Amino acid sequence: MLKSYRAKGFFRKGLLTVLQYIIKRIFEMIPILFIVSILIFFFTHLIPGDPARLVAGKDATFEEVATIREELGLDKPIWEQYVTYMGNLFQGDLGTSLKTGLPIMDMFVDRFMPSIYLTLFSMVWALVIGLLIGTLSAVFKNKWPDYLGMVSAVSGISLPGFWLGLILIQIFSVQLGWFPTGGADGWKSYVLPSLTLGAGIMSMLARFTRSSLLETLKADFIRTGRAKGLKESIVIPKHALRNSLIPVVTIAGLQFGFLLGGSVVVETVFSFPGMGRLLIDSISFRDYPVIQAELLLFSIEFIMVNLVVDILYSYLNPKIRYTA
Amino acid sequence: MEKLLQVEKLETQFTKDKQKIKILHGVNFHIHQGEVLGLVGESGSGKSITSLSIMKLFKGTSGEINSGRILFNGDEDLINKSETEMRKIRGKQIAMIFQEPMTSLNPVMKIGEQLLEPIRLHLGLEEKKAKEHAVSILKKVGIPRAEEIMNEFPHQLSGGMRQRIMIAMAISCNPQLLIADEPSTALDVTIQAQILDLMKQLQQKEKMSVLLITHDLGVVAEMCERVVVMYAGRVVEEADVFDLFESPKHPYTKGLIASVPKLGQKKEKLDSIKGNVPNPSELPKGCKFAPRCNDVMPICYEQEPPELNLENARSCSCWLYKEERGGIRV
Repeated sequence: MLKSYRAKGFFRKGLLTVLQYIIKRIFEMIPILFIVSILIFFFTHLIPGDPARLVAGKDATFEEVATIREELGLDKPIWEQYVTYMGNLFQGDLGTSLKTGLPIMDMFVDRFMPSIYLTLFSMVWALVIGLLIGTLSAVFKNKWPDYLGMVSAVSGISLPGFWLGLILIQIFSVQLGWFPTGGADGWKSYVLPSLTLGAGIMSMLARFTRSSLLETLKADFIRTGRAKGLKESIVIPKHALRNSLIPVVTIAGLQFGFLLGGSVVVETVFSFPGMGRLLIDSISFRDYPVIQAELLLFSIEFIMVNLVVDILYSYLNPKIRYTA
Repeated sequence: MEKLLQVEKLETQFTKDKQKIKILHGVNFHIHQGEVLGLVGESGSGKSITSLSIMKLFKGTSGEINSGRILFNGDEDLINKSETEMRKIRGKQIAMIFQEPMTSLNPVMKIGEQLLEPIRLHLGLEEKKAKEHAVSILKKVGIPRAEEIMNEFPHQLSGGMRQRIMIAMAISCNPQLLIADEPSTALDVTIQAQILDLMKQLQQKEKMSVLLITHDLGVVAEMCERVVVMYAGRVVEEADVFDLFESPKHPYTKGLIASVPKLGQKKEKLDSIKGNVPNPSELPKGCKFAPRCNDVMPICYEQEPPELNLENARSCSCWLYKEERGGIRV
């Protein structure tokens, strides 16, 4: 898909090429998602445990469980179940939850957007602070800002999310009363969970930015910039940073994808109504349709993030161009 | 002729593992207005460090100027200038071209953006005027379809074209001095000739002074009026280009000239100077060239030779000429 040849970066080439490329990539998603759906379906059914028994309850008789199993269609061969499932999926029906009996679509509506916002805020923190710390550390290499930055980066990676979350709640919610302790009402309730969720990625990005920038600062074109009489405040962001961002974007994209899967720990600590907790609940109840729907959604999100990363690459490196 | 740049007793050092290593040991030379001065020597003789010292381009390295004077335009001593003052000189009064055109341009910025930077910064032209100026400079350095090239990226251009862009960038603000650090070394031979021709032509048209750093004596003979030969961080000989090739004085210069292959000469092996440039942290006592010298005398191992003024405004640091001429310049 990536092709490197003599041409203009496509941001300059016009919107049409970008759109064509995106459409092409979306079509390529179809076979990927088909394979993913098979894997998800069969692996979900490999989870030990019997949903029919869980639905029926502890005291149910063997006959009652068998009836429920039949109602849920779980007695049919697995490939038949798959065909039914896919058939419903194509009609826009994600199925109903075994546990609550509610349509899965309705369950997602309340949880999907808060999770997306949480992830986005976390990424904004991680990118802004991570790039800033990384840049300052590289510019002041082996001086105190570097030491301070790298010590905070190591702490950010090492501190477990539940601990950091509790400390933040203790300081900013309980003591200072600035932010709520949990929930998802208004932007204030996103601040602490997103900070907790972003801390690890922030640290990772700071370290990657630092090492990548240090490498770029050795480049000949940096010397050219300085020989032109440019200030450091132009040389660093305009010439050096943009050339250092490719590894940073790669990492940020991967991490963003993982975050979209929801974070059970952070969602639990902040009693946040997100996708992560729903997934854990569904797994413990063997709620097959919900698990499948969530995994499929994560796969789509992950693929989309990859697409965005690929588009960013061509902006960061004009040698990379995409063919539609 | 008036002196545009006068470097006196320049000493530059670098720090490695907390150890200070002196790279330049009192370099003396000068450049006249509108003159092309060649700075020659093997790799590691301190040519590039000399040029970086003049620009004070040490950011990101451990390099620093220890002592000496760099007089520019009469009595402005660049050594005493602050970083802010130097930024006004870099790119405007003294511009530089580097050896590697492939890596000296920013790969993610369009040629136009890069070319406009010094123009906007130093000439203070508004957007449209600056662009016109940039295009006219590109035409001046012989770039076809200049308007289109402005919107292209470095990877779309060949090495020779990129070096032309570097030259365009360097001359865009009409500098008084152009420092060219091995401008043709990384190019293939035909392109080399074109680039050198272009530089010579621009130099004559703009009445620019050029400090041409090279290890290629062919380039020196082609381009320069005077030559300074460096060895181990010192100037060992300075002479008019004709005098230098006709009667090289310093054994090192003689060796350099002898090692240029000559047309029609049938030889099994090319001439070369035996040995290598010494490591700056382990310099021998006395004359630094003594261990490799063909005319070495006992005194060479004991004391470093002073700079001796010889006839025709040339100088040479070698004990061989001590008897011949008494005049020691300090």
